[in-house]
Amino acid sequence: MKKTVFLGALTVAGLAAGAASAQTLNDVQDRGTLNCGVTTGLVGFAAPDANGEWDGFDVAVCRAVAAAVLQDPTAVEFVPTTGKTRFTALSSGEIDMLARNTTWTFTRDNDLNFEFVGINYYDGQGFMVPKALGVSSATELAGATVCIQTGTTTELNLADYFRRNNMEYTPVPIETNAEAQQQYLAGACDVYTTDASGLAATRAAFENPGDHVVLPEIISKEPLGPLVRHGDNEWGDIVRWTLNALIAAEEYGITSTNLDEMAQNGGPEVKRILGTEGNLGEMIGLDAEWARRAIGAGGNYGELFARHIGESTPIGLSRGLNAQWTDGGLLYAPPFR
Amino acid sequence: MADMHAHSVRFVRETMLPQAEPPTTERGIVKWMRENLFSTIPNGILTLAALWCIWWLISSVLPWFANGIWDAPSIRACREILEGQVGGCFAVLTERWNQLLFGFQYPSELYWRPSLAFLLLFIAIAPVLFRKRFPAQMLVFTAIYPFLAYWLTWGGSILVPVFAALGFVAGYMVYSRLVAQSFAMGFFGGILAALVFWWVIGIVPTEGIIALEPVASRNLGGFMLNLILGTVCVSLSIPFGIALALGRQSDMPAIKWICIIFIEFVRGVPLITLLFVANVVLAYFLPPGTNFDLILRVIIMITMFASAYIAEVIRGGLAALPKGQYEAGDSLGLDYAQSMRLIILPQALKISIPGIVNVAVGLFKDTTLVSIISMFDLVGMIRGPILASTEWNGVYWELLGFAALLFFVVCFGISKYSQWLEQELSTDRR
Repeated sequence: MKKTVFLGALTVAGLAAGAASAQTLNDVQDRGTLNCGVTTGLVGFAAPDANGEWDGFDVAVCRAVAAAVLQDPTAVEFVPTTGKTRFTALSSGEIDMLARNTTWTFTRDNDLNFEFVGINYYDGQGFMVPKALGVSSATELAGATVCIQTGTTTELNLADYFRRNNMEYTPVPIETNAEAQQQYLAGACDVYTTDASGLAATRAAFENPGDHVVLPEIISKEPLGPLVRHGDNEWGDIVRWTLNALIAAEEYGITSTNLDEMAQNGGPEVKRILGTEGNLGEMIGLDAEWARRAIGAGGNYGELFARHIGESTPIGLSRGLNAQWTDGGLLYAPPFR
Repeated sequence: MADMHAHSVRFVRETMLPQAEPPTTERGIVKWMRENLFSTIPNGILTLAALWCIWWLISSVLPWFANGIWDAPSIRACREILEGQVGGCFAVLTERWNQLLFGFQYPSELYWRPSLAFLLLFIAIAPVLFRKRFPAQMLVFTAIYPFLAYWLTWGGSILVPVFAALGFVAGYMVYSRLVAQSFAMGFFGGILAALVFWWVIGIVPTEGIIALEPVASRNLGGFMLNLILGTVCVSLSIPFGIALALGRQSDMPAIKWICIIFIEFVRGVPLITLLFVANVVLAYFLPPGTNFDLILRVIIMITMFASAYIAEVIRGGLAALPKGQYEAGDSLGLDYAQSMRLIILPQALKISIPGIVNVAVGLFKDTTLVSIISMFDLVGMIRGPILASTEWNGVYWELLGFAALLFFVVCFGISKYSQWLEQELSTDRR
């Protein structure tokens, strides 16, 4: 009897969630704010500043979507989530979208019933070593002691990589990035390995960042992107094409400062993006100027990258894989037509 | 007399010797050191080792404090100012102190409200903690305080806490009317009356009537959140714990088994699991859009957890009482409630004080666990937003040291109070 009640409650909850998710756009517009899931704090990607305003590379995606949908980039209710609570927050309907440097994997997409709408950062596992070690390539790391966070995919990637290259290593298991920083600086391990963006942020916090190098080898694929619930394709399209608009804007040279000029004098595709020609906005249930506001919220992809994690910031990430396809990177927005 | 003995006695002291100082080894600091620090060779070695340790600690920590930078925009600026010297970057505390204390979302112009609630807390608990030193009339304020503190912290219309308080008053009035017939009738009648009152009064629109600017629960954070969770959960879990402990000893099988199952279940589950249930699992069962306040969920879970532990501590106190005490109550013709209230519990609780304080201190520190379910308490603020900001990524000692200091002050205070209370209450075994 108990079991039936339990299952019944689950079904009702599931049905209600399903019914609600088919109209996320309406919900968001009625509510007047976008509930966007972010991390509880990750250097460069999402963190509140001294005034409590959220800022960062992932946060910018939320703001762009809010600008497109609600005409106001500040109409975002940021819901901080941890690695353990992020997926339940999304599937229970507590948040409308999740922009929390989440790796796009098969199981997350299919088994957990989410919809990854794109990739806003191509990450991968890398290695950091002290310069004094005199190592210039990860293939020279045979016999090294490696600081590694336990229970993560990085641990498995590392084992695979060293086995493939017939090298031995001694793992030093650690729990958090903060602990890793201390252990690595104290010399408990020769190498620290985690995602390349994390390595860069960690290195930026060192007293002498110049004494450490991030090796060129990237040994895993970590495509990070925003995701929404499965089953509401209209909403998924809005988030997907907002991200695409940011990427395409950089490709076509639309920045937050030349929006008006480009809307008048740009090429046909630029005009279609900015809504002076065609009716793309109408097709996804928004007004004509949706992408214009999204780009105006913080700038195009390149501007966001440069402001939050780029080479002029303390984190100092180079574009690498995250350059436009025209510059040899992987960013490739489908055509707006 | 002197003449008589003049040749039989060789020497007679005629004047008193002036008082001499004791030998240097037998007086003052030297004697004290010989007795206490260097009485034996092993002790001497230990003393020297301890001195060396203290010197080493001071010499390494002192420059860190003395060179500390209190005004800088980021950790890199700190390092530039220090130019390689040892020194703490306390600028993070001067810039982010408000976030550490109140969380990063609490409106800064409203900081006075939780601060005032915190100050009033001392006035409210003073008559409870020091019963003989303060007039009993102050207990009226203690009764009002929870509602006042809620109003100050969360804001909104004053009618909400007033109605909540009136519900309790209504419940109590029904209880006192019915308790003469039977305790159970009074108890459940009281609860029913309060619920009915809240249900009826819920229709009245409260918006905007003598309202403070409302602050949502998710905007609460920092040490304020730890204090709220700590004080609310400790003060709720003591009465629940007493009820559970008495229930476990009850002769009525239903009550006894409910209490046993509750206590054993909750004690068998880690607090972190209960917190995850509060945060994650409940979200699946509630219809989407219902916003069952997260802080309320967490308070319920922590209170459940703490009351199970306190129940066991108090059961220990009850078990330690000689059977004669129970029989004395019966032989005086007191009923169950009277004998518990007048004879058993005062003694049992007195025995249980160290245990209860132990649970309270542990619980207060456990409130930092809420950082794992993405609430920004003091530790959550440090681990999340502050260490993740580009400016302060890498400042660990200063921030965690500050957190440790705040927790130490509170926990040490609780522990000192409990020692004082034990002395105050010790009427036997002097």
